[in-house]
Amino acid sequence: MVPTFHRTLRTYFWLLLFLALRAVGNLALAWGTRRLPQTLAGDPLVYIRALLDPFVALGVVLLIVALLARLALLSVADLSFILPMTAVGYVLAAVLGRFVLHETVSPWRWLAVILIFAGAALVSSTPQSTTGKPEGCR
Amino acid sequence: MTWVLLTIMVVATALSDILQSYEMKRAGAQSVGARGLGRLLRMIVERRYLLLSIVCLAFSFFSFMALVQTAPLSFAVPASAASYILETILAKVLLKERIGARRAAGALLVLGGVVLLGR
Repeated sequence: MVPTFHRTLRTYFWLLLFLALRAVGNLALAWGTRRLPQTLAGDPLVYIRALLDPFVALGVVLLIVALLARLALLSVADLSFILPMTAVGYVLAAVLGRFVLHETVSPWRWLAVILIFAGAALVSSTPQSTTGKPEGCR
Repeated sequence: MTWVLLTIMVVATALSDILQSYEMKRAGAQSVGARGLGRLLRMIVERRYLLLSIVCLAFSFFSFMALVQTAPLSFAVPASAASYILETILAKVLLKERIGARRAAGALLVLGGVVLLGR
C-alpha cells in the first residue's frame, strides 16, 4: 500500500505545483502587461520591450516551469486524470482576478466560469483514443 | 478588440492542437526517453505540420498576452476554454474522431459559459 500512497502524494504535489505555477504565471503576465505604456495588440516590437518588464518576464518563466511541472505530472498520472483536474485553473483565474487584481466579477460571470469549468472537465474526461488504431498508440 | 484577440487565440490554439495531434498520430507512438528527446526534436524540425503547430502556439500565446493586458483575467482565462468547442468540431471533421455524448455535452457547456461571459 505504501508505494500507491507515495504515488498519490506525488501526483497531487505535481498537480498543485502545476496549478499554482500557471495561475501565478498568468497573474504576473496580467499585472506586468498592464503596467506597460503601450498596447501590445498588433505591434511585434512592443512585445520585445514587454519581455524586459520584470513581471512579464516572471510570468513567462513561471509558465515555462508550469509546462515542465505538467510533464512531470504526466509521468506519474494518466492524461484523463490530469485534464479534468487542470480545468480547476479556470476557477482559480477568476478567483485571483477578483481578489488580487480587484476585478469586478458579476454573478453571471461566476456562473459562466462554473459552466466552463464543468464543460472543460467533461470534454477532457472522455476516452483517449477513438480513431481505432489497435496497437502502439494509446 | 477583446473579441478579436480572443478569436485569434482560440483559432490558433485549436489549430495548434489539431496539427499536433494529426502529425503525431501519423508518426505513430513515440518513446520520450533520454535518446527519444533528441529524436523528438529532430522530428519537430522535419515534420512541417508540427512546426506549423508551434507557430500557431506562439500566436496563441502572444494574443493571450495582449488579451490579459486589456481584458480582466477573470474573463481572459475562462474564455480561452472556447478552444474546446472549436477543437471538438475540428476533431470530428478533420481527424474523423468519434465525438461521444459526454464530449459534446461538455463542449456545449463551455459554449454556454463563453456566451454568458460576454454579458
